[in-house]
Amino acid sequence: MKNILYTLVLTVALAHLGESPLHAQLYEDNLLITGATVITMTDEVLEDTDVLIRDGKISKIGKGIKVPSGKMRVIDASGKYVMPGIIDAHSHLGIDAVNEATNPVTAEVYTGDAINPYEVGLYHALAGGVTTSHAMHGSANAIGGQCETIKHRYGEVDPERYRMEGAIRTIKFALGENPMRVHGMGSRIQPATRMGMEQVFRESFAAGRAYAAKWKAYNNQKVKTGPAPAYDLRLQTLADILSGEVMIHCHSYRADEILMLMDVCKDYGIEKICFQHVNEGFKVAPELAEFGAYASVFSDWWAYKFEVYYSTAYNAAILAQNGVVTSINSDSRELIRHLYHEAAKTQKYGGLTDQQALEMITINPAIQLGIDDRVGTLEVGKDGDVAIFSAHPLSIYAIPEYTVVEGRVVFDRAADPADMRLRINPETSFEDGYREHEHSDHRCMQGVEELGLFLFTDHKH
Amino acid sequence: MYRYILLLVAALSIGHLSAQEAKATPGAFALVDVDIHTITSGVIKGGTLIIRDGKIAAIHEDRQTPSDCQVVECAGHSVYPGMIDSGTGLGMKEVGSVALTVDRNEIGNFTPHMRALTAVNPNSVLIPVNRVSGVTSVLVVPTGGAYPGTASLIHLHGYTPDQMAAGYDAVVMNFPRTGKFGSWDRRKEDKIKSDDEKKLKEFDETWKRARQYAKLDSAGQRDQLAYNPEMDALLRVIKGETALLIEVDREKEIIKALEWLETARIPNAVLSGVAEGWRVADKIHAAGVPVIVGPVLSNTYRDYDRYDAPYANAGKLAQAGVLVAIKTQEEENVRNLPYHAGFAAAYGMGKEEAMKAVTINPAKIFGLDDQIGSIEVGKLANLYVTDGDPMETATQVKYLWIRGWQVPIDSRQIRLYDEFLERSPGLKK
Repeated sequence: MKNILYTLVLTVALAHLGESPLHAQLYEDNLLITGATVITMTDEVLEDTDVLIRDGKISKIGKGIKVPSGKMRVIDASGKYVMPGIIDAHSHLGIDAVNEATNPVTAEVYTGDAINPYEVGLYHALAGGVTTSHAMHGSANAIGGQCETIKHRYGEVDPERYRMEGAIRTIKFALGENPMRVHGMGSRIQPATRMGMEQVFRESFAAGRAYAAKWKAYNNQKVKTGPAPAYDLRLQTLADILSGEVMIHCHSYRADEILMLMDVCKDYGIEKICFQHVNEGFKVAPELAEFGAYASVFSDWWAYKFEVYYSTAYNAAILAQNGVVTSINSDSRELIRHLYHEAAKTQKYGGLTDQQALEMITINPAIQLGIDDRVGTLEVGKDGDVAIFSAHPLSIYAIPEYTVVEGRVVFDRAADPADMRLRINPETSFEDGYREHEHSDHRCMQGVEELGLFLFTDHKH
Repeated sequence: MYRYILLLVAALSIGHLSAQEAKATPGAFALVDVDIHTITSGVIKGGTLIIRDGKIAAIHEDRQTPSDCQVVECAGHSVYPGMIDSGTGLGMKEVGSVALTVDRNEIGNFTPHMRALTAVNPNSVLIPVNRVSGVTSVLVVPTGGAYPGTASLIHLHGYTPDQMAAGYDAVVMNFPRTGKFGSWDRRKEDKIKSDDEKKLKEFDETWKRARQYAKLDSAGQRDQLAYNPEMDALLRVIKGETALLIEVDREKEIIKALEWLETARIPNAVLSGVAEGWRVADKIHAAGVPVIVGPVLSNTYRDYDRYDAPYANAGKLAQAGVLVAIKTQEEENVRNLPYHAGFAAAYGMGKEEAMKAVTINPAKIFGLDDQIGSIEVGKLANLYVTDGDPMETATQVKYLWIRGWQVPIDSRQIRLYDEFLERSPGLKK
């Protein structure tokens, strides 16, 4: 009886919450932006133009759009620049767990099971114009976990609301020093070398192929003659990679290991892959282009470990000029705050055009995450995800002023209060509530330290 | 004759292949038709800047080409005084994860005598990569314990640390940080309390001993004491021969550091880091202590701070009247110094003040404003020429001089670009 009472109270309370004015505001999804310079990312820059967002989707782009009747917020953006919401193809924001560093192969785990809507870093990303990110598993394992593409619907407290519906499934792979260090040096198991790395992939794909064949044979039986094969989520995920349902996003640095993984993929008929970091991608840009592989890189990070010593900040430009679909990512709670500035570095290092530079943080990462039909450009029918800047976003003096997710203003520089936390950790005293994440700014290897497998200092990625 | 030319070509190409980057050239230069951004006295449009004997020899408002000078045409370009990064590890670290190539962090909590200059590798690959962005001088800072060592300002060209030394040293002191470090700090309340008490006691003891040491020194009795390089380092601080660089970030510790400075009467002290300086800008101004702020591009110090607090910090301090320099706190990416300044400029500091925070202000803080930090006759020729605003991301650095040596715009990263933009062979075997 007591339980029933509790349930009843809880239900009533929740129902009430659903009707609060705050809640209504959260679902605001109609917006008219007027008089802006609109960078559509379809090779057009439109002066003095309006953008109308209705029910979360872009419904009109043009001059002199009349304010429609009904509930509609209007932002006068004259003198300002409007671009598509920025997309980060490599982040670890908004998730509570990053590395399942217990085995070289952990294809069964999924960052989408650990979404944390309370991370204030999501708001900080919005304050840098970033509306979508790829919340990735870490790089401890050769085959890590599956990743989740999230929309930064900050303010929502239901983790489900952060998933980007319709995004393709992805999985994190990792080459080189990180998995070699964790498993080879740390646990004295394969892979300890880049030779071992290759065989982990070949063995795993072979197992995935055999598993798929077993199920196919079983499913093809009109009359079942025996029990179904044992279900195994790890093997099923590997089979899903082989069938093209799950796309590989692979942490990588050196040219040789990049070539190796492309060879393995060719042998197993895997056609789509995105290399992450890929600092030496510039050395094998023609091969990447021929394969049709994507590259998601840092603007200028290098020298934090040996495999990035022979890097160049011209990497993104060389890849782009060689025809590789390239994005610039953050992998950092700090860098994600100014990806528009990171994109501008492709103009310093390689002289890319404005369109090319901004593609690196809009349509290109959208292609890499399989969401280019939804986001990455400003076109009628696409999601109403928009960043509004005080000046051209590639200028160092540009300040993001509003960020919009599906028509809802989720960052408003002038109106937002300083403290944007959704929840206050009761263990945090007022004075010492600082740098909650000091430990985990660079999180590609988060979760490894706790296992005592973190064998080196000064690690970033 | 033909054979000599062949030999010469061969020699040059071998030099080119084997060198890390092309050599710098000394001499006299006339930068003509150049916009001269002096920092301290405005902009001279289309003027001439003469470099001779490593110094800025003359500044003219018109075009002049003295016969001894190599003429450098700079029409449409601008010349600026070299940028100074007031807190880095450039030259002290080669590869982050390879501990034996990292020389910033000596073992021990009290090692003020460890000299950063000793561990600067003049041939580090990282130096050319960073200086071609117009950063000509950096403070190299040891890290680690409570007193990690002695920092030095260096110019980014030279083949020995002594050639690079700019003439400013500072003992680094991490000001004792008390209380809980954050929610990940798992120490119990009483443990935190006892740790703090121990830390503060050690701090007081150290300076008490240093004062005693100074007394013995002034009484001429130091020779009778055992070799004590740690105390010798603090003695130099007390006498004002070496500066004291106090690393401090948090509001309450900035206040404590200012209170301590008031009684300690350290002749030459500077606060560094100062993430929460904006909370106590007026107090810092009242104390008359200069600050080195940075990195500007960083996360908020507290989760509930306004998101742009780190960008706005330098500007708020400058507005309060504090003398502000900016640092990147970087090793391999000191080249981003103009962008740290650019963000500070955009978020309230303004372009002019932000530019000063990476030129004349650090020069003043380091007591070297007669040598660097602005374009004035007689100062060192630490200069770079750009095709635009140095803080704008797309701007290119065209020429670079460090102490009068023309340093080529060349680095391994540029060479890799030249080699791989159009790789040959491409896909064919």
